[in-house]
Amino acid sequence: MGRKVLIPIGPYHPLQEEPELFKLYCDGEIVRDVKWETGYNHRGIEKLSESKTYEQVFFLVERICGICSTSHPFAFANAVEEIAGIEPTNRAKYIRSIIGELERIHSHLLWLGLAGHFLGYNTVFMWAWKYREPILDLFEMITGNRNSYAMFRVGGVRRDIEESKISAIEKVLDEFRRKNDLLTGAVMDDPVIHARTKGVGVLTRQDIIDYCAVGPTARASGVATDVRKDDPYAAYPLVDWQVVTAEEGDVFAKTKVRLLEMNESVSIIRQCLKGLLKEKEGDIMVKVNEIPEGIGQGRAEAPRGEVFHFVVSDGSNSPARHKIRAPSYVNIATFKKSCIGQTISDATITLAAVDPCYCCTERLAVAYDFSTGEKIMNAKSLMDISVAKTAEIMKIQGKKHE
Amino acid sequence: MAVNFFYFLVFPGLLFLGVAGAFLSWFDRKVTAMVQFRKGPPVLQPFYDFFKLLLVKETILPKYGSPVIFLLAPVFAVFGATMAGVFILLPLFNITTGFRGDLLVIFYLLTIPSFSYILGSLASGNPLASVGSSREMKLILSYELTFMLVLAAVIMKCGRQFDLYSIIAAQQASSPFAASVSGVLLFIVAIFCIQAKLALVPFDMAEAETEINHGVFIEYSGAAYALIRLAKYIMLLVLPSLVAALLLGGFRLDGIHVLWSLVKVIGIVLLLTLIRNTNPRLRIKQAVNFFLVWMNLLVVIAIVLIALGY
Repeated sequence: MGRKVLIPIGPYHPLQEEPELFKLYCDGEIVRDVKWETGYNHRGIEKLSESKTYEQVFFLVERICGICSTSHPFAFANAVEEIAGIEPTNRAKYIRSIIGELERIHSHLLWLGLAGHFLGYNTVFMWAWKYREPILDLFEMITGNRNSYAMFRVGGVRRDIEESKISAIEKVLDEFRRKNDLLTGAVMDDPVIHARTKGVGVLTRQDIIDYCAVGPTARASGVATDVRKDDPYAAYPLVDWQVVTAEEGDVFAKTKVRLLEMNESVSIIRQCLKGLLKEKEGDIMVKVNEIPEGIGQGRAEAPRGEVFHFVVSDGSNSPARHKIRAPSYVNIATFKKSCIGQTISDATITLAAVDPCYCCTERLAVAYDFSTGEKIMNAKSLMDISVAKTAEIMKIQGKKHE
Repeated sequence: MAVNFFYFLVFPGLLFLGVAGAFLSWFDRKVTAMVQFRKGPPVLQPFYDFFKLLLVKETILPKYGSPVIFLLAPVFAVFGATMAGVFILLPLFNITTGFRGDLLVIFYLLTIPSFSYILGSLASGNPLASVGSSREMKLILSYELTFMLVLAAVIMKCGRQFDLYSIIAAQQASSPFAASVSGVLLFIVAIFCIQAKLALVPFDMAEAETEINHGVFIEYSGAAYALIRLAKYIMLLVLPSLVAALLLGGFRLDGIHVLWSLVKVIGIVLLLTLIRNTNPRLRIKQAVNFFLVWMNLLVVIAIVLIALGY
């Protein structure tokens, strides 16, 4: 083994559109070690949330992630409803599930396109994103927005799906099902895709358990973890559906799981639409007076895995503490297992295969000194670090710091 | 002497190759766009790209590395591609140079662009560029042998003639070589070889945008990158023309045959474009395996068939 070369992926790199830095320590083409740095995009959402009312927090958490923008309000609603002991109406539950599943479809299509792009297969990229477009139009029809739907609130949803819209939704779903079969066939039967993705970035069942990985990443390795089944919420216990799993744990298995999950989502939406017809139109909200003191945990299955929200209420109109854990936060750690020993070509697609979302993942840890009770990391020390960093960069560039 | 300069600089040299290659590059992009449900760029887009890079954009030199070699490499690439183009297109346009061994010279000249990319990228001192150049080197090692065997098979097929003019003449006297079993095999192999030479998907691992950020070209900008683009435009014309000359009977410049000659080159570019739009990028190991085992096997079969008279 010769000297290791550092191949940086990020902070600005065409592989991932978000700012992150992967350091691949390579021996020739083989990756021997991988380290990653995030923190380019920290927004302090948990702290911000404490200064907003419960109604406002929905709009805030919706903006944590642009792609799975409904999963955070979903989990937050579950958490707050647990505190207040509210049970939404069935109609609201169906509408919530419809939005959640439509989002899963558009997110998986987005990932499929990007995965194609990362493999240099730009045709898949363009096709998948074209098929995603009608789904976004559907969102616009139902919620008024293509993204960040602003549909959730404590005790229900903001907008109803009228009966007149149901046939239009079903038409789009039929069309999508056909296109998805075409896309699935194109991806599953392509020998070159097989050659590039089979046996690449394998995570065994034990790796998944060790790293607590969630979502399609875990399901592709044979771990049937899915919050929709394990801790049923919204309309998922009311409809009949299966958790899609695969055994191989490689990139191909992750693709397969996502492609089949989209079909499962279509089936869930169809059943929910049928359920809507049975419920009274307009019955979408339970009146909520105030949120009592207490703690609540909300979980929701985002397209990338389990989203977890923990809310502490002190009886006022805003959360006293709000803790969020997004699925990428645990999934990214599996790179230590899946990337080492691969070539650079395989490592890049392995990095993309968990569908990482870095802006959900950003964290800032604040430590307290127990003896003095002093914050070790406060605003001033952050400022000092920033000033020191700027001075250092200026020095490298040979400029004077003003 | 003057006529040689004319050949090199104007027709069929730099000017003609650059302009025609740019149009082919537009064709490639337009077809790609149509395959992908997009609209595609306007006809003059390759020219806009080239002149913007050449005249407007700043050329940034790498801090660590050798700026002289870094800047000379694109010049070598354009020079090699143009020379190869002149040697290939002269016999195609029915102008004989009387040079009886030009096929071997063409073979060497066609490797110059790839080698200059390696030279330039190693002179840039970028780790991603070094990964790219190591991939480019492995790729050259794998496809050049196959390409050499294709040329050897064609030379065998036309009765040991080493010059392109005689090869084209032999085909126009009877039928194109591609109209036989061995010819079809050679055509398939030749298409994959030029796909790799042009660094198009599935053989674009030396540039691999999403892996190593355009690898060998990562540090190039401005005028130096414009020259690389020019070399790529030229190669996009030169290599399909070579295949047309070797296996499809070359060009004929009388009447309706002009159109037929155009169709040959554009048809080959279309084939390359479709291959690049229906495949993901291969791993470098798989590409080496593909050429060293499967493509070489096909060529050897073709050579045996030629020896048997098919």
